[in-house]
Amino acid sequence: MKTEQLVEALVADRPAARRPLARSLGWALAAGGVVSLAVFFLELGIRPDIGPALATWRFDLKVAMVLLGLVLAFGVCLDCSRPDMPRHPLRRLLPLLAVLAAAVAIELVSVPRSAWQGRLVGTNAMICLPMVPILSLAPLAAALLILRRGAPASPALAGAAAGLLAALCGASLYAFHCFDDSPLFVATWYTLAAAPMVAIGTLAGRRLLRW
Amino acid sequence: MRSARQGDDEAYRRLLGKVAVWLRMVVRRGLVSAGRGPAESEDIVQETLLAMHLKQDSWNEQQPIVPWLRAIARHKLADHLRRRGFHDHVDIDDWSNALEVSVEVEAPAAIDSRRLLESLPERQRVIVQRISHEGRSAADVCSELGMSEGAVRVALHRALKALAAFYRRERP
Repeated sequence: MKTEQLVEALVADRPAARRPLARSLGWALAAGGVVSLAVFFLELGIRPDIGPALATWRFDLKVAMVLLGLVLAFGVCLDCSRPDMPRHPLRRLLPLLAVLAAAVAIELVSVPRSAWQGRLVGTNAMICLPMVPILSLAPLAAALLILRRGAPASPALAGAAAGLLAALCGASLYAFHCFDDSPLFVATWYTLAAAPMVAIGTLAGRRLLRW
Repeated sequence: MRSARQGDDEAYRRLLGKVAVWLRMVVRRGLVSAGRGPAESEDIVQETLLAMHLKQDSWNEQQPIVPWLRAIARHKLADHLRRRGFHDHVDIDDWSNALEVSVEVEAPAAIDSRRLLESLPERQRVIVQRISHEGRSAADVCSELGMSEGAVRVALHRALKALAAFYRRERP
């Protein structure tokens, strides 16, 4: 086929204006989130003491951190879906790391040393570890589906970003169930729970996001 | 590209033509600097045009288009060389800054077109041939094949995706 002929075929296939990738990704996460929300209410449910919890700074900070991460990871994910990806796409996550580090520091200062371990281990670690990934599966599938429209410079990295984004979706639901609000717990167990999603995203991205 | 998105076919044709000329230059130099002849260049040009067409969602209208195009070309060139067992990093940045170039190179027919088209299902192949080789419009083709225009467009789009996949699978 000659290039001019290909051009004719491409012109004939000129697509109508489509929804921007960012908006599609937002809708996809919302759709995946609804599935996870159903799982959340079937399996976990909101903690019974949600009212008083909302009045504590630890709970509010936990939710704020997870939501901040969600917003930042969304940006990372979009950056990674481009062929001309910025040189350091993960730089966007620095504010999250800074807030997390500050929260951990405040907790270490305000809680006596003897209580550190209790805070760190918490009571729900063994629920957190499986449930955050389970609540992330539907958002991950939805995000990967949308990202197939993109042209990621590194499919593996884009998949990893999608995994992180999905894990934060799951975590933002899980945060409303869990009693463990200490930044020590969040920094440790939420990170560990996100790790398998990032790994799954990387592997899936390498396969599904090639172009 | 912006006017093409508004529905201007002629603008899209002009853009693709211009990009093809630019790509031809970029890809040839890339191949030469990788120590390979320019013979394969048209394959990569076509593959890049296809990618640009199919992946245009990854371009943000607020941003300049040249870096995006260059990134796609670099990706496709590197991909092509990797498939042929060449692993060195290819840098096309130095000399691909201008989209306006006046390099007159004749466009050769690219990949063995029969092999490429044969990989398509019958109906898609007919549609691609009618539109690309005979210059017919989609509306024209649909009355001939007794399909709705929407169905022709869907089939054409699938065919283009299949061609892109064909390039990806192709091994030396």
